[in-house]
Amino acid sequence: MTDTANEIDPYAALQDKEPGKPPRNQWLDVWDQFKKHKGAVFGGGFLIFITLAVLLGPYLWTVDAQKLDIRNKNVRPIWIAIWDGGAKTLWHRPFGTDNLGRDLLAQMIAGGRASMAVGWTAMLLSLSIGTGVGVAAGYFKRLDGLLMRLTDLFLSLPILPLLLVAVTLFRQPLRANFGPEGGMFILIVVVVGLTSWMQTARIVRGEILALKEREFILAARSIGTTSGAIIRRHLLPNVISPIMVSATLGLAVAIITESALSFLGVGFPSDFPTWGKMLADAVPRMEEYPERVLLPGIAISLTVLGVNYLGDGLRDALDPRIRGR
Amino acid sequence: MLTFTIRRMLTSIPTLLFISIVIFGLLQLAPGDPMAQVPLTVPPEVKQKMREALGLGAPVHIQYLKWLNQFFIVEPQFLIDWMTRDSFLFGWLPDTQFSMVYDPELEKMVPQQRNISWQTRSPIMDIVIQRIPQTLWVVGLAYIVGILIALPIGIYSAYRHYSVFDQAGTFITMVGFSIPPFFTGPLLIVIFSVTLGWLPSIYDTTHVVNDWASFKYQLSQMILPVMVLALQTTAQISRYMRASMLDNLNQDYVRTARAKGLKEGVVVMVHVLRNSMIPVITVIALGVPSIFGGAIITENVFGVNGIGQLLITALFANDIPMVMTITFIFAIMIVVFNLIADVLYGVLDPRIRYD
Repeated sequence: MTDTANEIDPYAALQDKEPGKPPRNQWLDVWDQFKKHKGAVFGGGFLIFITLAVLLGPYLWTVDAQKLDIRNKNVRPIWIAIWDGGAKTLWHRPFGTDNLGRDLLAQMIAGGRASMAVGWTAMLLSLSIGTGVGVAAGYFKRLDGLLMRLTDLFLSLPILPLLLVAVTLFRQPLRANFGPEGGMFILIVVVVGLTSWMQTARIVRGEILALKEREFILAARSIGTTSGAIIRRHLLPNVISPIMVSATLGLAVAIITESALSFLGVGFPSDFPTWGKMLADAVPRMEEYPERVLLPGIAISLTVLGVNYLGDGLRDALDPRIRGR
Repeated sequence: MLTFTIRRMLTSIPTLLFISIVIFGLLQLAPGDPMAQVPLTVPPEVKQKMREALGLGAPVHIQYLKWLNQFFIVEPQFLIDWMTRDSFLFGWLPDTQFSMVYDPELEKMVPQQRNISWQTRSPIMDIVIQRIPQTLWVVGLAYIVGILIALPIGIYSAYRHYSVFDQAGTFITMVGFSIPPFFTGPLLIVIFSVTLGWLPSIYDTTHVVNDWASFKYQLSQMILPVMVLALQTTAQISRYMRASMLDNLNQDYVRTARAKGLKEGVVVMVHVLRNSMIPVITVIALGVPSIFGGAIITENVFGVNGIGQLLITALFANDIPMVMTITFIFAIMIVVFNLIADVLYGVLDPRIRYD
């Protein structure tokens, strides 16, 4: 009897050598799942790279994108020299120059700056409108019918034609008030933001409707928390994951829309480079200088591809049902 | 189902009215004067008369109602008259005279005043009807080609989930999803027209098909724009197809079908496919308007003389009635295809009952 009692140590669990690990942070789990999606890691990395490149680029590559250097016009990129020794290349113009002698690398950086600035701002605008409408519609029953009807109406607007109409028609007054670049920036950001918030609003509303009936909201309300505090403290942190996913989609849409408008010739003024504008300007001479089409085109495509992959990875990583598989 | 369809059609009327108000308001708010190009030597009172002739003197709501009247009542009357007079399908019917009104001064029937373009001074609908076939040929063919490519890719990559084909397929659709048409267009032109010289880079709208050689030329000039548009469609639809197939392949009825000894082909191509097609068909219907929007850019790249290019030229020429009409046609298309998608969903899926 006493032997067996000695063998079994009833307090083993209480005598662990090391203390129990603190519970893992939710975001560490998310990060672990996110790392498994190779495309998403590449996409996120590329987005960070391109953002840093356009932010820091002007300090590293100090050539002015607008400076005309007519003697060195139509310089080919440096890598053309590998297979075509006779091509006109210059070491201090690594990406070549355009038909007015403006440095293409500097233009790419400046153009990327404009495209990314428009993309991020328009995305943030459409995200805040979408979240606002979604939360209001989901939380306040009185507003639901009205706001969702409005969302449906906005969804049935012909977006690209309306964008074209708005940008062409309101260009002049905004330019007069805010300067040619500033006015165009405000116009494109506002117009893209106003026409792309609907998906976010729908998703957020659905999530809020489900969350609102949960016990913790009831508990919060029973101790007298105001609606504003419930939304800020309990609802918004819980809908952050669908918002982040739709943020990536919104960024992709905003970048493509800005480039499309510039491509159709209704975007920024002609001396202000953006990727879409560079692409459009290069199309008439693409037989001789295909790199001028390829460089901005690849930049747009890779950025959008990266953002889309990032969204895919985030969706998987933020979904607790998929996580851990 | 019928009551649902009727109710749904009735609710789309306020939607259309809202959209028309938005478009009209946008164009009203916009600066820009149709008289801007009239020479300065024209005296102001003549200018005022010209303005009134264009209907610009009237108050805003009168202008709006007049526009609605033109779009929904006068133009369909002209369309019916044209159909009973010249069209192949209804030409055998007795000619109608809906669009004619009696003019007491001339003491005979004259055609009603139509909505005219400020740019060309001809009826807008005539120009639009001239342009629509080009767009429909390119866009419609692109959509069909895109769907035909997308469905097998989606089915196979869902069936062989995580296989090499699936990985490659998802990657390619992601790329197709991300590359904008204004880049694929020039890229394909550089590759196939400039470097290889196989296909023409500009779409020749005046080309007449009357023999085998001209038919081959027509085909070759359609390949590039159709491919550019089809890439977008393929990317979207195959993603939906794959997701929908994946949902259904894990269902219990699939195991039952296999357990009772059905061939694998029957299980996948009949049981699973039919159930997975329900959401995909609605997505296909919903995608039609957006591909017309995408055609604006593609038409611009390849010089297709279609409705998208008409919109762009009208915009640059400040031709407000034309812009308004085309934008509204796009809006009608969206509303109609949303309606079709909703109704199709109810018809195809017996589990869904709207009533």
